[in-house]
Amino acid sequence: MDERDLQRLLDEVKGGRLSRRRFVQTMVGLGLTAPMAAHMLGSAGVAQAQTKWTVNPTKRGGGGIVKTLWWQAPTLLNPHFANGTKDQDASRIFYEPLASYDPDGNLVPMLAAEVPSAQNGGVAKDGLSVTWRLKKNVVWHDGKPFTADDVVFNWEYVMDTGTAAVTIGQYRDIAKIDKLDSHTVKLTFKSPSPFWSASFCGPTGMIIPKHLFQAFKGDKSREAPTNLKPVGTGPYRFVDFKPGDIVRGELNPTYHVPNRPYFDQIEMKGGGDAPSAARAVLQTGEFDYAWNMQVEDEILRRWEQGGRGRADIVAGGNIEHIQLNTTDPWTEVDGERSSIKTKHPTLSDPAVRLALNVLVDRGSIQEEIYGRTGIATANFVNAPARFVSKNTKWEFNVDKANQILDAAGWKRGADGIRAKDGRKLKFVYQTSINAPRQKTQQIVKQACTKAGIDVELKSITANVFFSSDPANLDTFPHFSTDLQMFTTTMTQPDPQRFMDQFVSWEVASKENKWAGRNPTRWRNEEYDRAWKAAEAEMDPVKRAALFIKMNDLVIQNVVIIPVVFRPRVAAISNRMRDVVQSGWDGDFWALAYWSKSA
Amino acid sequence: MSKYLLRRTLTSIPVLAGISAVLFTILALAPGDPFEELATNPNVPAEVRMNLRAKFGLDDPLPLRYARWVVSMMRGDWGFSFVSRVNVDTLILQRLPTTLFVLGSALVLAILIAIPIGTYSALRPYSIFDQAATTLAFIGFSLPTFFTGLLFILLFSIHLDWLPFIYRADISATGWRWYWEHVRQAIMPVAVLGLFQAASMTRFMRAAVLDVIRLEYVNTARAKGLSEGVTLVKHVVRNALIPVVTLVALQIPNIFGGAIVTEQIFRVPGIGSLLIASILANDTPVVMAVTFIFSCLVVASNLAADLLYGWLDPRISYR
Repeated sequence: MDERDLQRLLDEVKGGRLSRRRFVQTMVGLGLTAPMAAHMLGSAGVAQAQTKWTVNPTKRGGGGIVKTLWWQAPTLLNPHFANGTKDQDASRIFYEPLASYDPDGNLVPMLAAEVPSAQNGGVAKDGLSVTWRLKKNVVWHDGKPFTADDVVFNWEYVMDTGTAAVTIGQYRDIAKIDKLDSHTVKLTFKSPSPFWSASFCGPTGMIIPKHLFQAFKGDKSREAPTNLKPVGTGPYRFVDFKPGDIVRGELNPTYHVPNRPYFDQIEMKGGGDAPSAARAVLQTGEFDYAWNMQVEDEILRRWEQGGRGRADIVAGGNIEHIQLNTTDPWTEVDGERSSIKTKHPTLSDPAVRLALNVLVDRGSIQEEIYGRTGIATANFVNAPARFVSKNTKWEFNVDKANQILDAAGWKRGADGIRAKDGRKLKFVYQTSINAPRQKTQQIVKQACTKAGIDVELKSITANVFFSSDPANLDTFPHFSTDLQMFTTTMTQPDPQRFMDQFVSWEVASKENKWAGRNPTRWRNEEYDRAWKAAEAEMDPVKRAALFIKMNDLVIQNVVIIPVVFRPRVAAISNRMRDVVQSGWDGDFWALAYWSKSA
Repeated sequence: MSKYLLRRTLTSIPVLAGISAVLFTILALAPGDPFEELATNPNVPAEVRMNLRAKFGLDDPLPLRYARWVVSMMRGDWGFSFVSRVNVDTLILQRLPTTLFVLGSALVLAILIAIPIGTYSALRPYSIFDQAATTLAFIGFSLPTFFTGLLFILLFSIHLDWLPFIYRADISATGWRWYWEHVRQAIMPVAVLGLFQAASMTRFMRAAVLDVIRLEYVNTARAKGLSEGVTLVKHVVRNALIPVVTLVALQIPNIFGGAIVTEQIFRVPGIGSLLIASILANDTPVVMAVTFIFSCLVVASNLAADLLYGWLDPRISYR
């Protein structure tokens, strides 16, 4: 389908000959759906529909208690300080963003009266501003009204560097926010922003009340009592919080959605480990919901047979991949290994990279190790479907690898290891300590041995490997080996942030204390140009094409080898109804609609 | 006596200072940092992390950080957690009651099991009862608590479905149900910890009673016509308890150690699970505070054991 066909479809939707839903379904069929299909409609001048997914009707209250289990315990309840998803999820019980993303990828209004679009005048044509109309009659848990002032305040609060908010990345592109009236705000961006829903939407968009936080902006942010006793607009009110242990809430009688929520109380218990959390839902039924089931699929399947609960799997963009070092990790230049002043002695040969690419047996890795929780892929971008390249495919072929290496002049030595000009094909392959990763390492190593490549395996404890300690050589940004493997997360339905992992100015180096986002240290002008073009491109179709091009550049040059993409897995009791996960927001994004069958 | 106490207290100050210096250095040298989750999140710019590091003083040289910690500790300021941004003392106080409840119950359980069984074993050495008790005791202290904990969960929670294996500090029920729920969820962690201690304690008790029961004064007591029960309780057990009590006092820090693992398995929100979570999150101020409390506990229980010993056995004097 080219741009013209797409335009014709969009016209049909506008003319009412094609339903919105049908359009999205067509896009699904073409592998083009998820948040961006909806965004396409939005930008092309079609009004956003209200909540699309159907839920069982309930009355407010009477549902008793809903018990949820997070194996990482929440430690704080201020969404702007959230260290990880656990904190965002805990905050989400009490706070809400202006809008969120449903599983179909539609922006769903929460505190907004409607989702801004080009048609309703919300989104400016030049992408420089967006106007949000807020829902009226929303009150904070303490009875004060929710107004435009709160929205403006959140931006000011986050932008104050003294506050040390971790959400600043989503808000710093905003040049100013004007309060048009008590329930309308206009966001003006510093540059055209095709992904204008980065701020105030989804997990980093939760709004905190001005009247309780204004005295604690900046350096005093830590002292706010409401950091631990949240007062929000959400379906449940705060009851009790013990950092690192438990969060409890009770029904908010003034909630702004009629007949919701269903439960009288909610409990989010934290701590322990993933397998026992899965047991508590699937086997004993002690809990109704458990987050992030990092448990082998085989075990989940066995426990599911008890009939008490099921593993719920929803696609997201997280990808387990192998990175190939572009620089030489074994030579130190100016006190830095893997310096961009060097070139990798053997991986700089494209033939070696191509050979490695066909030596990763993704099929077996999915089948033997990950099951439903890791799907073999040839792409770096795997969701939303609109951005997924159709130009790539993966294969596992030892013979082909041998042919490629033979043709490139890599000859087997007496020890069976290939060499050329005295340089041997010997690689050190590192990853974090995690059973599936060690199994994957073994599968790759075996195939490489057959092709005359010697691979030495190295595993590092996760809290070293993933740390940002500039003094430790074993972290993934230091990349002091030839190959490394980990999962990189995609938390937004827009790949702009995600794709900066390959731009030249993000190269991790001594200069930026290894905080750069590009550990492979790959630099490519064409890629840089495409990334910059996408940043300002307002036409969703052209923009998607740019991301596909970026993905293809990375794959064709074998900068990385994608292994499996990791959907999100939760354990849900079979009695629960309407517990819908969205790959683009926290587990509690639609908590207000959860209910339980009798 | 008071002079002795004063001297012991004063000598413990350099000991604690040394411990804290070593702990601080090791923690600082250990890899990882509290903002690692932010490092892997693409939406958090690196500057945010750098800013946080600078704000929390993580980039300062080690001696400076230690000096700062000591000074604020002297003033009673324990600092705040990097992860939850809550004051450390609040965090610890919040969890102390749960830990004390679980550990206290475990200790009581251990004593209730160990004293009668140990005594009875010693009265009838090498009888079938003694053999069985000895075997069980050996099994008991050979099995680590994390293993028995998992066994208990598999058997009582998953197989039989009798007991919950997730501990909740705040149960919403009221009245008798509240007590019942608390007891029900505490059974497994308390049993795991209690049985583990009871195992070694039984052996101590048996040895102590065996030592005492052969002494002349026991024969004297019997000879003057005291009943067997009175002889046993008033003369044998009472004296046999002296070494056992000191041992129990010395063991208290060990019990805290065992609790770390047990609390993690049963998700008991106590000091132990706080320590584990903080270590995993590289939350230095909390780790420092909890480990420092544990070391104070070791020093204090050693002192307490010495004092108790003297109080129970007047023949021992302090100089």
